Amino acid sequence: MSLTTFHLDQYLFGVEVATVQEVVRHQPMTRVPLAPPALSGLINLRGQIIPAVDLRRRLGFPDRPAGELPMVVVVRVGDGMVGLLVDRIGDVVEVSEDAFEEPPDTLTGVARELIRGAYKLRGALLLSLDVQGTVELRPAAV
Amino acid sequence: MDDLDEIIAEFLVESHENLDQLDSDLVALEQEPASRELLSSIFRTIHTIKGTTGFLGFGHLEALTHAGESLLSRLRDGELGLTPEITDALLTTVDAVRALLAAIEATGQEGEPDHAALIERLTRLQQGGSALGEVIVEHGAATPEDVTLAVTAQDVGDTRPIGEILVGQGATTPAEVSLALEVQEERRSVADGSIRVDVERLDALMRLIGELVLTRNQSVAHAVAAKDATLLHASARLNLITSELQEVVLKMRMQPIDHVWNKLPRVVRDLGATCGKTVRLEMEGRDTELDKTILEAVKDPLTHLVRNAVDHGIEPPEQRRASGKDEQGLLLLRAFHEGGQVNIEVQDDGAGMDPRRIAAKALERGLVGDEQLARMSDREITNLIFLPGFSTAAAVTNVSGRGVGMDVVKSNLEKIGGAIDVSSAPGAGTTFHVRIPLTLAIVPALTVLCAGDRYAIPTVNLAQLVRVEGGSDGGGIERISGTPVYRLRGRLLPLVYLDRELGVAAPDRGDRAAELVVVLQAEDRRFGLVVDDILDTQEIVVKPLSAQLEDVPVYAGATILGDGSAALILDVLALAQRARVLSAGREPAHGAAGHAGDGHGRARVPLLVASVGQDRQVAIPLEEVTRLEELPAASIERVGDRELVQYRGEILPLVRLGGSPDDGPVAVVVYAAHGRNVGLVVDAIVDIVEGAGGRGTAVVQDRITELLDVERVVTEAGAWA
Repeated sequence: MSLTTFHLDQYLFGVEVATVQEVVRHQPMTRVPLAPPALSGLINLRGQIIPAVDLRRRLGFPDRPAGELPMVVVVRVGDGMVGLLVDRIGDVVEVSEDAFEEPPDTLTGVARELIRGAYKLRGALLLSLDVQGTVELRPAAV
Repeated sequence: MDDLDEIIAEFLVESHENLDQLDSDLVALEQEPASRELLSSIFRTIHTIKGTTGFLGFGHLEALTHAGESLLSRLRDGELGLTPEITDALLTTVDAVRALLAAIEATGQEGEPDHAALIERLTRLQQGGSALGEVIVEHGAATPEDVTLAVTAQDVGDTRPIGEILVGQGATTPAEVSLALEVQEERRSVADGSIRVDVERLDALMRLIGELVLTRNQSVAHAVAAKDATLLHASARLNLITSELQEVVLKMRMQPIDHVWNKLPRVVRDLGATCGKTVRLEMEGRDTELDKTILEAVKDPLTHLVRNAVDHGIEPPEQRRASGKDEQGLLLLRAFHEGGQVNIEVQDDGAGMDPRRIAAKALERGLVGDEQLARMSDREITNLIFLPGFSTAAAVTNVSGRGVGMDVVKSNLEKIGGAIDVSSAPGAGTTFHVRIPLTLAIVPALTVLCAGDRYAIPTVNLAQLVRVEGGSDGGGIERISGTPVYRLRGRLLPLVYLDRELGVAAPDRGDRAAELVVVLQAEDRRFGLVVDDILDTQEIVVKPLSAQLEDVPVYAGATILGDGSAALILDVLALAQRARVLSAGREPAHGAAGHAGDGHGRARVPLLVASVGQDRQVAIPLEEVTRLEELPAASIERVGDRELVQYRGEILPLVRLGGSPDDGPVAVVVYAAHGRNVGLVVDAIVDIVEGAGGRGTAVVQDRITELLDVERVVTEAGAWA
């Protein structure tokens, strides 16, 4: 199986190549007041308006250091598209099921629920993200 | 062959019967040229004969009936109007068919008749106003007399085409004939020039155009920056073409309202028969076009209105006779474009609605209060039929009274941005007036600025723009019980600060010297939306929001602005509800202002909402409430049948509106009047909302809420004693 990888905080994440529509540079976003906190805003992707989810917020990681611009991994979910904001994009990596393990214990909280498990790579752990679960956002507390 | 003979014999008998019918139908048709029923009947007869002749191998008969059928089908589809000439040709056809049948009966064979001229005549008539002869006359290349002469020659057996005859007569030139033939071909292809297209393809086209608009904007921006005159010129053209393209695609989605209306004559006829009423249905503006999606959405509400009119609006014949009306009821549907919207009226000449009966019913159902009613005009009262829980029919019939009330009609229309109201004159009839947007895909909108972001507001909701000088201290914006209001032409307009409502207000945002207020109409109420800046109005392409934002109710969608950035479209109705300017009361924005003794009655006051007992909700003006307390049940003492509690050094009489009998703490609203306190025991405090004071009922957070007359409740409970 091939995974598109990206860096987030100190971790390396991967999503199935087939779910990834494209990767685009960070672009201006329209913020959506009253939306769930992890929803950074709306992006105009060639005439289609798609929501952008900040993965750091979604997974409960600290916010991106000021001045660093995220990349947008556009994934197909259901009949729509969602942009995932990540720190840096990585390579496409071929993984085998033999190298699959349960999520590492260092992950806690929301991140643990949204990570299916890890692939052991040379010198790194590749965390497999549950895309469907990630883009389901709970409404903002009113 | 016996079997075949038998079949032929049967066919002959049947056909003779049919032909007799055909004669009388054709004559009747002349009296009533628009009758689709007659045309369909004639068409069927010819069609049956044609089908059987083909099967039996009678080629001449088949060719002749085929030509007749083609002409009839165009008449039936309304593509051609009946002219005496066509009737003549059809009657001649019937005679010819009869002659052929006689020959078959006598000899078993068709013989060798020559019907080429008649078939040519039928074919020519089928081409309608573009018959070759007429085209030539139009071009001034021959006189009508020449053409008549040529046609007559054809009728008596000249088999040459009309053009050839005309040239032969020396009436025109071959060049003119070939020119006329081209014109004729062109006209014919217009009639056949339509294809069916999947709506999804149109949507895809629409999306592409959206992208084109963005690319255009970028190239225009670049051209301006580069100061390249040629590029600028090309961009300007691109600009124009893109706009035109957008318009064309929008037009492709438009369909005449007749697509919905054409089902109605049958509905009216059948329903009339069931109810024992005869109703004449008239339609005006059948070709009024609206977006296909909207057309689908108005189908059910319109049908419901029409059924209602026949069932409840129009009186039975005896009653109509007694009141001096024509026994036949009249139902008039009218559609027209006005102000970027489609207006549809459903008007009957029935008994009309009696405001007194509606008022009585609304009161009985607890939908309005006495005081509210006293302030309402007849028209406003009539419009109470749209309230949930109101059913118009005195007796629920199996026709319209199927539990689908007028409130459903109203809410279905509101879903697509439409509105409905009703006016009625007792004895003279009722008119429903529906207004719906032309299209949902592109709407005119006002863009405003709020906390640095741009938002679009559909102009359908826009009433006016106001600049309020003086802010809070200059007498511009006042506060009534904490709610900011502005006196607009002597009426109090509740204000909603968009930035505060969306939770994006800057912490240091105080009241400004001047505020920009967008006056909006939501349902029948007005409120002012305070924004940072008003930018411009433009046509925006409405795009749906993703599932992640479904739970955020204040947006109707998103759009892409001229510079390519996304902007949210505000859902004015939802915003008003969220800001609680709509939640309580339903006093309409129009009318009522001039009523006497009304000076402060319309002011919005904070109301305390409490639940008492199952499904019951009451509201008490917050002003009259001293405190909210939670008291242990054990502290309640009983004296006779009265309950008291020791409270802040005094004896507080309690009045139970609710409150479970168990031992948990009870919620008590301490109410002050006549220098004394009384405690109202409720189940729970629900909320504090802004609403119209007074008595009666109001809708608070989608629930019917009783505006509590505390004085009366307390007096009746004997708590003052």
